[in-house]
Amino acid sequence: MNAPNTPPPSNESALDEERLPPHLVRRARWLMLTSLAMLLAVTCYLLYARGAFENTQTLILTTDDSEGVGVGMDLTFSGFAIGRVRRVALAEDGSVRISVDVPRKDAHWLRQSSVFTLVRGLVGGTAIRAFTGVLTDPPLPHGAVRPVLRGDATAELPRVVTAARETLENMAALTARDGPLAASLRQVQQTTERLNAPNGALGVLMGNDADARKVVTTIDSSRRVMAQATALLRRLDALAQNADTQVFGQEGLVKDARAISAALVHTLTATQSSLRQLDVVLGHAQAVGGQAREASVDLNRLRNEVEASLRRADGLMAELQRKWPFAANPEIQLP
Amino acid sequence: MKPLPLAVAPTQAVSALLWGFWHWALAWWRTVQWGAALGVLALSPSSYARPTRLAATRHIYLDTAPILLGFTLLCALLTLVITHIVVSTASSYGLSLLALEVVIRVLVLELIPLVSALFVALRCTIPHGASVAAMRRRGRWAELQASGADPLLVEALPRMLSGLFATITLAMLSCVVAAALVYLSVYGFSVAGEAPFARVFGRIFTGPVALIFALKTLGFALAVAVIPVASGLLSPVARSRRATAQVGREAAALLGLVRLFAVLLLLELASLAGNYY
Repeated sequence: MNAPNTPPPSNESALDEERLPPHLVRRARWLMLTSLAMLLAVTCYLLYARGAFENTQTLILTTDDSEGVGVGMDLTFSGFAIGRVRRVALAEDGSVRISVDVPRKDAHWLRQSSVFTLVRGLVGGTAIRAFTGVLTDPPLPHGAVRPVLRGDATAELPRVVTAARETLENMAALTARDGPLAASLRQVQQTTERLNAPNGALGVLMGNDADARKVVTTIDSSRRVMAQATALLRRLDALAQNADTQVFGQEGLVKDARAISAALVHTLTATQSSLRQLDVVLGHAQAVGGQAREASVDLNRLRNEVEASLRRADGLMAELQRKWPFAANPEIQLP
Repeated sequence: MKPLPLAVAPTQAVSALLWGFWHWALAWWRTVQWGAALGVLALSPSSYARPTRLAATRHIYLDTAPILLGFTLLCALLTLVITHIVVSTASSYGLSLLALEVVIRVLVLELIPLVSALFVALRCTIPHGASVAAMRRRGRWAELQASGADPLLVEALPRMLSGLFATITLAMLSCVVAAALVYLSVYGFSVAGEAPFARVFGRIFTGPVALIFALKTLGFALAVAVIPVASGLLSPVARSRRATAQVGREAAALLGLVRLFAVLLLLELASLAGNYY
């Protein structure tokens, strides 16, 4: 360490500044000028990056929630930034007004029919996007107010998480050691083992060996029954051949039946003539019946007259009974 | 060793604590006073007489030019490494769009101004403070006053201006080089990425962020330039009772460094709070 009275080195003395070499002064001035120029250039670039030198038009987007929207955020069209959020403010009615500066050179991408969306992704920030379907529509004017459609991917997140959790729980329940899937696999394994057993698929279908043996026995019995049925069919065939001969042969039943039918026709013809004669007889009988009906009409009249006479006699007898005190039973019997 | 009476020991401890706090507060207060005096001198046009201008020119050149290239290369290397790490990691996660913003925020906005300030402090202004303290101790200060010159104007102010200029220049040049290297790392040797790069740059440097960045860099430069020189201007009594007997360059440098780090930390915390809260 230097002693207190030691003279300072020459490079620390202000008196030596008077003897600065000219090239040092020149370089120092260049350094300061360069630094100043760099400061100005950085400032200008920052203003350029902030869009201070761009001719812009304003677009107002309205929405009901500005979460995730910040000043400086980009408005993109087909993935390219064509605007920048300048201001986010609440309107009188409680809605959110997002002021976006759109450079004039990019404003032709926005038309009257353009649609604006505000999308919040799972990763990354919120994005404001513009969609223009018809590029021939009239351009969007300065200060236009448009609603922005909001889509929130995170809003669906709780529901997705809940569904995923339920699915996982179901999967866990299915794949548990004593779960249905494991039980099914065990049964499949048992079935496979039984398929490979001597009784094979028949044992699997019938469930036990006794029934499987019954099925085999039944099949054998069926085979014997089939043989007997075949023999029976052969005999039936022979019987049918004999019947054919008896019925349709030279001396068969068909020829006899034909002769019988001819005789029957002859008999029916004779019967028809007999019936015609009977019809005539019946006509005569009908005439006799008419005459008898007329005779029965006269009889009725006579009967009525007899009944009138009897009623008069009855009246007379009643008069006599009334006048004759010893009469017992004044009654007249009709014949 | 004879033990102290029980009733006396706590009293001595409290008085020592109060004495230490008093000198700590006094040292800070005098540092602020000297810093304010230097600031007033720096803002007064009458301070820039020929001796002061020549001294300032000499210090500015000798303090800045020799470290400019080395520090710029160091920052370039740091930028390349961090950019490669961030871009590779972000690309592997499918977040390459965010890599550019992350790198610019980390390097240009936060790291490089702080590193520049620390580098200038360690390389220039702490030694300046120590040399001022040594000049006062050796009587150079009294000699200048006796010759009619103001030692504050011809010795302290040029060193302060030099530190201010060096910090701002290094920070600015390193930020420019870092931004250029980030652009080259992301887009390669093509001008196709100029528009999206400028858009990302503009999105990061909003009005408040740019203002905070400028104020932070200026605050760093002022702290780096003023505090070590002001610490060197403190009288030996005001520094510390333990250092009264023999205060050398190392003690002044250490005290200046501690105060400087404290102020830089506060400034960085304030800028972070302003940017992200």
